[in-house]
Amino acid sequence: MNKILEKEFFSPQVFRMKVEAPEIARKRKAGQFVIIRVSDAGERIPLTIADANASEGWIELVVQAVGKTTTDLSKLSPGDSLHDLAGPLGRPTHIEKHGTVLMVGGGIGIAPAHPIAQAMKAAGNTVVSILGGRSKELVIMEEKMKAASDEVIIVTDDGSYGMKGMVTDAIQKLIDEGRKIDLVIAIGPPVMMKFVSLLTKKYDIHTLVSLNTIMIDGTGMCGGCRVSVGNESKFVCVDGPEFDGHLVNFDEMMQRLSMYRDQEKESIDHACKLGLR
Amino acid sequence: MEKKELTNKERLAIPPQKMPEQGPKERIGNVNEVPYGFTEEMAVAEAERCLQCKNAPCIKGCPVEVNIPVFIKFIAERKFREAVAVIKETNVLPAVCGRVCPQEEQCQKPCTVGKSLKSVDKAVQIGKLERFVADWEMNQAGSESPSIKPSTGKKIAVIGCGPAGITVAADCRRAGHEVTIFEALHKPGGVLAYGIPEFRLPKKIVGREVDNLVSMGVELRTNMVIGKIYTIEELMAEGYEAVFVGTGAGLPMFLNIPGENLNGVYSANEYLTRANLMQAYSFPNTDTPIARASNVAVFGGGNVAMDSARTALRLGAKNVYLVYRRSHEEMPARKEEIHHAEEEGVQMNLLQNPVRFIGDDKGWVKAVECLRMELGEPDDSGRRRPVPIKGSEFTIDVDVCIVAIGNASNPLIPHTTPDIQTNKWGNIIADPETLKTTKKGVFAGGDIVLGAATVILAMGQGRKAAQAINEYLATGAW
Ligand code: FES
Repeated sequence: MNKILEKEFFSPQVFRMKVEAPEIARKRKAGQFVIIRVSDAGERIPLTIADANASEGWIELVVQAVGKTTTDLSKLSPGDSLHDLAGPLGRPTHIEKHGTVLMVGGGIGIAPAHPIAQAMKAAGNTVVSILGGRSKELVIMEEKMKAASDEVIIVTDDGSYGMKGMVTDAIQKLIDEGRKIDLVIAIGPPVMMKFVSLLTKKYDIHTLVSLNTIMIDGTGMCGGCRVSVGNESKFVCVDGPEFDGHLVNFDEMMQRLSMYRDQEKESIDHACKLGLR
Repeated sequence: MEKKELTNKERLAIPPQKMPEQGPKERIGNVNEVPYGFTEEMAVAEAERCLQCKNAPCIKGCPVEVNIPVFIKFIAERKFREAVAVIKETNVLPAVCGRVCPQEEQCQKPCTVGKSLKSVDKAVQIGKLERFVADWEMNQAGSESPSIKPSTGKKIAVIGCGPAGITVAADCRRAGHEVTIFEALHKPGGVLAYGIPEFRLPKKIVGREVDNLVSMGVELRTNMVIGKIYTIEELMAEGYEAVFVGTGAGLPMFLNIPGENLNGVYSANEYLTRANLMQAYSFPNTDTPIARASNVAVFGGGNVAMDSARTALRLGAKNVYLVYRRSHEEMPARKEEIHHAEEEGVQMNLLQNPVRFIGDDKGWVKAVECLRMELGEPDDSGRRRPVPIKGSEFTIDVDVCIVAIGNASNPLIPHTTPDIQTNKWGNIIADPETLKTTKKGVFAGGDIVLGAATVILAMGQGRKAAQAINEYLATGAW
């Protein structure tokens, strides 16, 4: 049983959760994810590991309550347990010295960007981080990212905090200033990763993106997580979750993410009708 | 009271008993099991058909060598408990095997009764009798656990709680070893849980068998993806002296034709896992969705293709087309499964092969383009090779497609255990008799070794592996 140790809301929908998981905490590396279920009738969903502490035996997840499962998860309190937790899954980020690494985190994507920034910095890279959100409250973990980076740039859609605009505007600005960037790692909403990749492709800057697709097993058995990468089908759970952003077919991936949109709504409505929320 | 022994002639005159089952119209509206099973009377009558041949050709046809004539004799004498005990000496999953084994290819094929009556369909229905006694036992209060030898203090790790792993766990536990099963999914059973549909194998039966293991003292750890949370090396460092790898089928194969990543195109593994393991047929009472469809095309001709097609019907499809590139005769599925599928209204689109999926403007599959085929010369498998007929393209309107053309092997364990050798298909190389891999202390069996096999073949390997493991732990000799 994986007990929830702490829960904190960053905004009405975005929260972080510390979960007891000593074996996973010991083993996980930056870039990996877990699969959880909240109840016996629950769906299996992948969540990226935002942080972990091997000696204290916990991992941290940062979640946005959007669907049925993430909403159910947001209702759990410290002392409750996750019904199921499996991991760490996926391949870890390949950490080496590149020079300057630009970390781009959008929304809850900032959370999984954090351990990668930490590891990249520890490997001797200069880490510049761009944190983006729709508004100030959605720019999370600023202090932690500052500690893991040499420089942090904040961007909000509405200008309520930092620079007004998109993360791509901030990247463009760095490029225009003549900053040398050796690697970009972008984690966030698919559409953000798509536009970051389009931009960096123009300047031929190697870019990795971390994909979060629909999954079931997370072990390569079902193929539900497949994406097209450079005209090849890849399984995000075993081949990823990180891929070359210049090769990913984002439009197809976004389409696949919307596969159950109507049923997701039905699932939530059904729970409401039963008075489950 | 002495009952008069029947003569062989009298035995041969008893008609094969017909197992009652749900009618096709009714059953596609539910997920309940199709055949109801024999009544006691039917089982006894069927058992009386057995000639008790001295040479027992049936036993040689069984991958785990169940002592068939003896258990059947007990049924004829209404000694059902004794009958189950005989089966369980060599087969830990009789309720499962009675349902899903291809008996017509195995024990029933060489049956003398079938031979005398000139039809394998008239052989003694060994599988149905096995199912009958296994089910009988489940309905009795307090079935006894098999006896377990005193603890040896030695630890064995079994990776994967499918048919192979369950067999190894049971046989090694009986020998007195401490056994831990590591299962990647949240539920035990492997393909019995995620793959084979409820209407062919009720999940409560699988649950019962696994409970039995646990009550024998086998430790079961779910949600443990070995290769990730622990490597095999790490397990051995933790004190597991022997490891059995039974991780099963791996990556689903796709057709590699345009449009395969459109919404609504599934691998059979995914479709069946959503329906069975995740119980999508109860959605929205359960949380996992599955695409609803009126017109479904399934590609493939094996048992998994039949399971997918019949699942699609139960999920409400109006038309289910089974698209197979060869003819009826070459279909690898069991006759009984094909028959059930046809009875339920699955349409057999034979000698057809898909060439591309066509999507709508929202990225959903709306049609599949196929080519007609004809049979040419026999290929390596001995079956006549299907050859496309030029210019025969046509389309089928569909809203869901299911690709059921097999699996490639899963690289998770071989990748993290470089000293376990694999063949060119990525399957683990294991000695056919001892199931030893190239790494000392590590054994492997089931689909990860065989590619695509059956439940019973996986169990057969599990038995051999358990024997070899018990021997290895006793002698230390590799
Ligand atoms: S989630 Fe099933 S193969 Fe990736």
